[in-house]
Amino acid sequence: MTDQVFDWMAAANKKAKGKRPEYFDDPEDERMLSILMAVVGEVSVLRERMDTVERLLDAKGTISRDDIESYTPDKEAAYERGAMIREYIYRVMRGPHQMVEELQQAEPPVEEVSRELKEI
Amino acid sequence: MSKTVPSDQKLDVAPPYNAVARHGVSPQPSHDEIARFDFLANFNKFMASTLSPGNKLAYDKRVLPAFLKEHGREPQDRFEIRHAMNKDPFHKFWSALKRNSMEMRQQNGRAIVLRQIDELNAKARQYNGGAQGVKSTLELNPEIAIPRYQSAVDIHCMPGSYHGEELPGDVSAGANYDCGIFATTGGGLGALTDGGGQALVDWIKKERPGWEPRRVLDIGTTVGHNIVPLALAFPDCEFIAIDTAAPILRYAHARAQSLGATNIKFIQANAEDLSRWDDGTFDWVQTTMFLHETSGKALPKIIAEGYRVLADNGLMLHLEQPEYSDAMPLFEQFLRDWDAFNNNEPFWSSMHALDMKDEMVKAGFDRDEIFETGVRAVVDREIFPEAPTGEDEDHGRAAFWHAYGAWKNADQMQEAAE
Repeated sequence: MTDQVFDWMAAANKKAKGKRPEYFDDPEDERMLSILMAVVGEVSVLRERMDTVERLLDAKGTISRDDIESYTPDKEAAYERGAMIREYIYRVMRGPHQMVEELQQAEPPVEEVSRELKEI
Repeated sequence: MSKTVPSDQKLDVAPPYNAVARHGVSPQPSHDEIARFDFLANFNKFMASTLSPGNKLAYDKRVLPAFLKEHGREPQDRFEIRHAMNKDPFHKFWSALKRNSMEMRQQNGRAIVLRQIDELNAKARQYNGGAQGVKSTLELNPEIAIPRYQSAVDIHCMPGSYHGEELPGDVSAGANYDCGIFATTGGGLGALTDGGGQALVDWIKKERPGWEPRRVLDIGTTVGHNIVPLALAFPDCEFIAIDTAAPILRYAHARAQSLGATNIKFIQANAEDLSRWDDGTFDWVQTTMFLHETSGKALPKIIAEGYRVLADNGLMLHLEQPEYSDAMPLFEQFLRDWDAFNNNEPFWSSMHALDMKDEMVKAGFDRDEIFETGVRAVVDREIFPEAPTGEDEDHGRAAFWHAYGAWKNADQMQEAAE
């Protein structure tokens, strides 16, 4: 077996050749975002697995691990699961999403509004 | 599950990874590996449709005004826009998220493939010849050097690129490339990721009904996504598919054989030198999304060699993303350039600035032989979405291409016949 000499988990993480662009002023932020995004992905995976378990239990009452591994959603379930992932993405991406809204409509600082309200 | 779907409304969600068809050398994904690609497919949709419009807003509302103030003029090219946008907090964050999505796609794909690499290699060996040795439809030539334009960086952040091996003689590069395209295109290329090849079949059947090419050359075939549908549509035609990378060809050949496309010969060769083939050998010479992965000097050589081996009345066809003409706004050019600098496509920017018609004229075509057309991926619309173009387009990844083509000396041939 090659798995004793070939560590596929380490190999899966191989870096692509070519200097990685720097997006943030602090290089640690690059690593923090990469960890965060990996966790964001893994939470989605857990949610999908839970959905599979719930659907199988609904249909059969009792399930095995094989049932989970071989589960294939029908068209309606596939759409519902897609919508579930979409909803999850919107929830975790609220911050960047709101940046788009801020760009659409520039707003004065609330401190300024506060001063204004004092006078009216 | 909680009810998140209003019954009267259809949300734009990616099809499930379960809808991806399996062939003889497909990596077998586990439940959670499927779920990882489901997340990425939907995340990329979100990035393109919901977050990406923020780039134009940031440009119009603050980056362009600041540029005008500083320079007293508009940006002159897409590079000036990029340098200015790279300092904008919104664009920086969007780019960082997108880069992470690309890196996650590679890690996720490699993890699926590498944990079952022994099984995949064994399956590929079986299709490639088994105990009898390598089939004559797979020809690997170790003397073919990997050109600098393929080795300088790992193209689209794919560790090891097309020519990398994790174990000697393995097929991991092809299997990883094949299994993850679903995630980056949100399923836009269909069950076998062959929506481009299916589109070519549809196009040629309408363009030249009844035409039966004798021999077709596919340059830069990678895993053969786009040539297998053509080979199945023209079973009596001989197909030659070339690439410089052996690992990807091992996978491509096994994949094609398992899908019944036994009339394709996969050959490790560099298209800059097609001297093993005589003038006029092929009735059709084509590339699909390949020329942007070459270089400034290689591209004209490849087109000139393609012209030489093309027979009179034969078709040359190149599928690419649209070129950066003067008519294309500089901001759109900048956005389409994202992959060049953020996803390891170093020739992408220069290639799309070329006038492909000029390049084809330099290779020998008459200008009036050249045509351009749009080609949209043909996929099962019951399951797979039509790739959005325009506002919601995922620039650089949309399953909608610009085709540059020409029928060699077709006018003269017709005149001679009359």
